[in-house]
Amino acid sequence: MQVSIVVNGEQRTDEVEPRLLLAHYLREVCGLKATNIGCDSTSCGACTVVVDGLSVKSCTVLAAQADGAQVTTLEGLAGPDGELHPMQAAFRAEHGLQCGFCTPGMVMAAIGVLADNPDPTDREVREGLEGNLCRCTGYHNIVRAVRAAAQAGPAAGQVPQAQEVQA
Amino acid sequence: MRGHKGLVECASLATTKGWRMSILGTRVVRTEDPLFLTRGATYTDDLTDDRLTGALHATFVRSQVAHGRLLSVDTSSALEAPGVVAVVTAADLSDLVPLPPPFPFINQAMTRPWLASDRVRFVGDPIAVVLTEERYQGEDAAELVVVDIDPLPAVVSTAAAAADEVLLFPEAGTNVMASFGEPAAADFFDGCEVVVTQAVVNQRVAPVPLESRAAAASWGADGRVTVWCTNQGAQQARGQLADWLKIDPDLIHLVTPDVGGGFGAKIGADPEYAFVAWLAKHVGRPVRWAESRSENLVGMLHGRGQDQVVTIGGRRDGTVEAYSLVFDQDCGAYPRIGAVLPTLTMLMAPGVYGFPKVHAQGRALATTTTSIGAYRGAGRPEATAAVERAIDLFAAEIGMDPAEVRRKNLLPAFSEPHTTPMGATYDNGDYPAALDKALDAAGYADLRAEQARRREAGDARQLGIGLAVYVEITGADNGAGTKEAAELEVHPDGTATVLTGTSPHGQGHATAWAMIASDQLGIPVEKITVVHGDTDRVPQGGGTMGSRSLQQGGAAVHQAAGELVELARKRAAEKLEANPEDLVVDLGLAGLAVRGTPGVGVTFAELAADQRLLVNTVFNANAPTFPFGAHVAVVELDVESGKAQVVRLVAVDDAGTIVNPLLAEGQRHGGFAQGVAQALLEEVLYDEDGNPTTSTLADYPFISATELPSFELVDMATPTPMNPLGAKGIGEAGTIGSTPAVQNAVIDAAAHLGVRHIDMPTTPMRVFRAIQQAGHIAQQEGN
Repeated sequence: MQVSIVVNGEQRTDEVEPRLLLAHYLREVCGLKATNIGCDSTSCGACTVVVDGLSVKSCTVLAAQADGAQVTTLEGLAGPDGELHPMQAAFRAEHGLQCGFCTPGMVMAAIGVLADNPDPTDREVREGLEGNLCRCTGYHNIVRAVRAAAQAGPAAGQVPQAQEVQA
Repeated sequence: MRGHKGLVECASLATTKGWRMSILGTRVVRTEDPLFLTRGATYTDDLTDDRLTGALHATFVRSQVAHGRLLSVDTSSALEAPGVVAVVTAADLSDLVPLPPPFPFINQAMTRPWLASDRVRFVGDPIAVVLTEERYQGEDAAELVVVDIDPLPAVVSTAAAAADEVLLFPEAGTNVMASFGEPAAADFFDGCEVVVTQAVVNQRVAPVPLESRAAAASWGADGRVTVWCTNQGAQQARGQLADWLKIDPDLIHLVTPDVGGGFGAKIGADPEYAFVAWLAKHVGRPVRWAESRSENLVGMLHGRGQDQVVTIGGRRDGTVEAYSLVFDQDCGAYPRIGAVLPTLTMLMAPGVYGFPKVHAQGRALATTTTSIGAYRGAGRPEATAAVERAIDLFAAEIGMDPAEVRRKNLLPAFSEPHTTPMGATYDNGDYPAALDKALDAAGYADLRAEQARRREAGDARQLGIGLAVYVEITGADNGAGTKEAAELEVHPDGTATVLTGTSPHGQGHATAWAMIASDQLGIPVEKITVVHGDTDRVPQGGGTMGSRSLQQGGAAVHQAAGELVELARKRAAEKLEANPEDLVVDLGLAGLAVRGTPGVGVTFAELAADQRLLVNTVFNANAPTFPFGAHVAVVELDVESGKAQVVRLVAVDDAGTIVNPLLAEGQRHGGFAQGVAQALLEEVLYDEDGNPTTSTLADYPFISATELPSFELVDMATPTPMNPLGAKGIGEAGTIGSTPAVQNAVIDAAAHLGVRHIDMPTTPMRVFRAIQQAGHIAQQEGN
């Protein structure tokens, strides 16, 4: 079947198997390998991406279900000149990543947390990220990064592609 | 708590003309991160290498039965499925011999088949492999392989294994893989006023690095194979592949891409990695494999898994006179690193204490479960958990504050090596100071007062305060000695390359090793590239495990930088027509200058333009180091539901000199979380038939952000004399301290209700039952 999806601001049309997961579509069809797959039970959140403004676990969405949607992955966050998104910058400054495997999903989920609540407490960040697992950081610096990003202003809770789509 | 204002973008330091403060000890942000945060790291399953074009996907068919006779494997339907190129079973493996046990002291009849031929020994034992053009086709076809197994009784517990009634390896004649130590003398506790004995379970847990196992292999026309796999040391993995496949190691080019966490479970190679290389040869095409999480939770090594009995005896004034630890190590179906863990547990049995008499004895046992390997601490957390539990039991028995009992028995501060009754030689330490710092930072007296208030008031939410003082061994000989190699080259364009045999998977070696080189050369950190994990470029190396990397690999880089300066000094003296002794390193110049003559000098880059400026060195630490610390955990326990929440974790972790506090703190944070996880939540479970009941992340209670507090870190640094950096290991310390601190805190929260011990994980059900049982006993005694 055919799907038309805007991925990181780029309009794409692809022929896919009906059962193809969005996570595999992004990795194998689009070649966007930042999105990782860490489990097979929608538990770990490593595959989190933003679909039409909402952070979702792309292992639990079919590519077919994303037909007509706008999808943003980690690769779509930095500015054209390479300027880091406020959430990326905060993760670096606060040492919010170690092995990096949970990071793409964690960053996308964290943007979602701030979209819902622009200035969360530690506890609210922890609850907002409960569905995203990290084995390296003990979440300590991830919580700090999200709170630091919140101080950077509303852009920390937004993905850049929402405004402009290149056909 | 630290803010991030002290963060350092390193270029600014290195460009200060002529002079700068040392970059070591500063909070340099990671050079790895911009790529990781914008395009993502490149893990094994992300590879798009040309050599993997047209690779087949391998899907393992694994046993769904814990123990049984394999009667038949029918691949005919699978072979008909779309995209299937081959289905391989044991019948196809005539050129492979079973894998021998990894250590000579293990019962040598306990060999591991590549694919089961006559018997399966755990749920997850590989039986066949399906090779398909596409990934999804593999899962479809694997379902079509029909396996007939005649079940045998499962051996799930160490007690059942020790009974030797059902044998995993009948030809071995026993389930005992290896035995260590002797029973205690009959009079071992004679003369003690008080003796307390307790059975303690250090439960089996799953390491769960977020990246599961993955490998890819491609044979070249030159007869060499390139193997990419996720691991903690390419050189060791290559050696294992060569041993297992019976091929010359020079024919294997092993590459470690970015690695998504290891925690000990990715030490060396797994048989599946070697098998992927064999499959690629077998079918004449590249092959790749990436397991799912549910495959990972039965296929990857588990950790811990000890059934212990602690006995502690001493005087009512709090002095411990004798301590014994006897335990069985569950090793799972096939011997791996788990079979050697008892030696580390025994070595570290007395921990930080100066007990006059110490006894330890362990056995390694085969069970019909997933094999046990190293997991963050690997044998040492089990020793610390045992002794820290024993101290609390002793304190409870004599009615003394557990902090006071610890003080009475800690080794006094020492700066010269101290050898314990178990034969470990600790380099240096100040355990009383660590404990005092932790208690001060926690506000121990106030916590006890608040605890007393809540007990008095009969609050539903009771406070528990748990202590742990630990020492651990890091940088121990892991088979490759206590040494590490480094190569350092400065290039004519002013950049430098460091080659290291360590194998980072989150630790930040690219940043830290560059800092160490920059410290002596003045070349900015971001101009220094660190290369690891490629056996063609770095043939020798010990990998990253056992908290060895900084003290050996980092020290090797430090040594290399010193040697490079000396090499450059000779060449610069000729070039500048100066006396070598008059040349000094000018960090601002990133070169050598004539002392007292500003502006006269030559950069390392200019020297490299004349002739390659490169050194190769090996640093040998000759001995391990012994980092130590003290943790105070505070939990709130709902005594009606049994649910405990960790509300504070105060940690003193002394790992000697810190090269980059940002990275060291990160190691501690991650360690704490894994300790809290084991103490509160995580456990791999099997039913009585040996079926795993925690084989997905929906079932295995991997700790999340909501179950943890932000941590309170206290600094303490006692440099070790064992290496020029003064550094000890920090990778595992956090786990070793936090696990017993949290367990002790949960028990302490219910201590006034008569609870003396609760095994980990201290789940609500366990805590609730312990409280009920203690109340029941109290009632009976009251009658």
